[in-house]
Amino acid sequence: MNADNINSGRVQKAPENFLTPTGIKEVFAEGKKGRRDFIRNAFAAAAAGAAAPMAMAQGNPVPVEGGDPNILNLPEHTVGLGQGVAAEGYGKPSKFEANLQRRQSPGLTQTTQASVSFAPLQSLFGIVTPSGLHFERHHQGWWDIDPSKHRFMINGMVKKNMVFTMDEIMRLPSVSRFAFIECGANTATEWGNVAVPTVQYTHGMISCSEFTGVPLITLLQMAGADLKNGKFVLAEGGDGSSMTRTIPMSLITSGEVIVAYGQNGEMLRPENGYPLRLVVPGVQGVSWVKYLRRVEVGDKPYAAKDEAIHYMDLQPDGTHRQYTNLQEVKSVVTTPSGGQVLLDKGFYNITGLAWSGKGKIKRVDVSTDGGRNWRQARLETPVLSKALSRFNIDWVWDGKPAIIQSRARDDTGHVQPTYQQLRSVRGTRSIYHNNAIQSWLVQENGEVKNVQVS
Amino acid sequence: MSRFRNALLTLALLAAAGVVAAQSNTFPGIGRAATPSEVAKWDIDVRPDFKGLPAGSGSVAKGQDVWEAKCAHCHGVFGESNEVFSPLIGGTTAEDIKKGRVANLMRSDYPGRTTMMKVPTVSTLWDYINRAMPWTNPKTLSTEEVYAVTAFMLNMANIVPDNYVLSDKNIAEVQARMPNRNGMSTAHAMWPGNELSGVKKPDTANKICMKDCTPEAKVASFLPDFARNAHGNLQEQNRNVGPQRGADTTKPEPKAGMPVAAAAPVAAAKPEINEAKAAIALLNKHSCTACHGVDKKIVGPGFNEIAKKQAGKTDYILSKVKAGGVGVYGQIPMPPQSLPGADAKQIAEWISKGASK
Repeated sequence: MNADNINSGRVQKAPENFLTPTGIKEVFAEGKKGRRDFIRNAFAAAAAGAAAPMAMAQGNPVPVEGGDPNILNLPEHTVGLGQGVAAEGYGKPSKFEANLQRRQSPGLTQTTQASVSFAPLQSLFGIVTPSGLHFERHHQGWWDIDPSKHRFMINGMVKKNMVFTMDEIMRLPSVSRFAFIECGANTATEWGNVAVPTVQYTHGMISCSEFTGVPLITLLQMAGADLKNGKFVLAEGGDGSSMTRTIPMSLITSGEVIVAYGQNGEMLRPENGYPLRLVVPGVQGVSWVKYLRRVEVGDKPYAAKDEAIHYMDLQPDGTHRQYTNLQEVKSVVTTPSGGQVLLDKGFYNITGLAWSGKGKIKRVDVSTDGGRNWRQARLETPVLSKALSRFNIDWVWDGKPAIIQSRARDDTGHVQPTYQQLRSVRGTRSIYHNNAIQSWLVQENGEVKNVQVS
Repeated sequence: MSRFRNALLTLALLAAAGVVAAQSNTFPGIGRAATPSEVAKWDIDVRPDFKGLPAGSGSVAKGQDVWEAKCAHCHGVFGESNEVFSPLIGGTTAEDIKKGRVANLMRSDYPGRTTMMKVPTVSTLWDYINRAMPWTNPKTLSTEEVYAVTAFMLNMANIVPDNYVLSDKNIAEVQARMPNRNGMSTAHAMWPGNELSGVKKPDTANKICMKDCTPEAKVASFLPDFARNAHGNLQEQNRNVGPQRGADTTKPEPKAGMPVAAAAPVAAAKPEINEAKAAIALLNKHSCTACHGVDKKIVGPGFNEIAKKQAGKTDYILSKVKAGGVGVYGQIPMPPQSLPGADAKQIAEWISKGASK
């Protein structure tokens, strides 16, 4: 076949190949066209040295006639009778929270069954992702599987092939641990340039939960697994794609890998693999096989579809890095972040998330001038290994343009790279494992934009 | 006492039958031995060294028939489709087959990356076709069909000739012709164990610097104005209380210093349209949405497009769902659908009334 007459890559799929080179060129071209206006809008007033008056609505206006009507006129809920217990057998968020939804990125995929939805990081607190807002990645649609019919099998280099029911797995000694799960393609859209507006779409393929289950090593020992020669474990799902991934035995013998059924105090949600999924802390989400039906112990890696066609990182020399499983040190400011509008000048709590697939977060620094000067942020407790960590730092916004960044370091000493550093090694076509420092431009009008700095 | 004795007796009988033989010592009563037929049914993976590959064969010619019947509607007649899924075939050359490196991967201007450009191992193709294809009916292909479809794909990529019959006996020869077989590297620090290269040092090395670290930052990339509302109104994607609101991206960006609208009122919840909700749930249940979007074309027309063309024609739509069709919206045929009559009728009624969301 002649390369010139191949019409390929017009529409690219998630999480691979988000933007075609043509698409990237288009964005660049449009970007160049609009850049003058853009920069004028963002920086004009500051350059003129005349800070325009902030006419934005005050959050807490000075009372006019004796006080705030919200105080002076007692509302219905203060003077009436509320609702009774168990009005909702399974409680829901307030109706005022309806804007918090996991969302698809338009145009990313053609079907909803092989697609992703992103968690609304811009509106979440602490380190736990509410289960209903956990990001989704399905390869062949999700199912709500009857747990009484689900089975888990162990075979391969074991003394005895075994089968377990859910009842049996849940009878075994359990552990509960917090862990983040991040799709290897999180932030993939941004490798070449800015492509999406908010932190939900740039970083929303990450979530953090407390998972409960049985260490996989316990089950492998029951089957008499050959832990010396069996260096690799294949995990396989029970859904249509029966997704498979190769797991390093060293992570399993350390006790970290869990066969999990619990998530944040309840059972796993169906979208997250009910009734059984693998939890592989520090490793990209595709290895956390959902609807887990089987593990096989072997002496070689398996080159599964998601190890030999997707989830490989293309390097500038045309080779692919294969078996890139680890999620390296990364952080992002969640507020203020792209697509938000600050209400007024004055005090703000810059807040964000930091994580590393290699261990604990030791330090996060924040810059408000695009990376020139930095201040150390407060790490809030708990700071757990291979879980999300929350950081906060005080900031008084003077109404002038500011570029906010965060930079994390983990307990191996690895510091989150800049885009320049990352691209100088890996180019811009890697798709996976973009852990570069994110920039948010706060403009004079209070609107925050996703930008990249040179 | 007698109950206890009965229980012991039962245990003894079970032991005699060999049932309890599988119990481990540490956790008695948990788990059992898998039977050979259970393992055979589930242990379907095929490794790059072909461990797990069942004996059998399939020809390119047979593969073409299977392809046209079961694969082409998503992947294109020549594997070129990018309508639904990424292209499978294309971008490889005879030179690549010789060297085992795909030259187009070294070009940053080459549009797209097909499966054949990337995949180093033929076992991966066999394994995934066998476990996950066709997309809406995975694991329904016979062993011969899997060999045949794999052979047809290899033929389209000029890796095997037209008269080739792929089998467990010759698949290793095919492996030696895979265009990107030498294109992989595990010399990186992103495998979290010592099983592969053992490289531990990360490839980036940023330093902690606190003051005057860089020249003044310049914005190098940002979202162009035309994309402002491409992800929907961001005002409706942020909490309505707290230090920030979402930007109203349905309107042009306010100029610097201009008043920004006061905090947005809480968006009124749209009244639930139960009929639409139920119909869309059925579409998902029966995988109609794999090929039809509610408001966009995928393989077949969007339901909105059908609704426009066939307004009010419930019976006609119903007949098309049951019998399938081709030519009304394009040349990709829709096979007959076997969903329950009541569900089909509910869907047809919803479409005929406008296919609202």
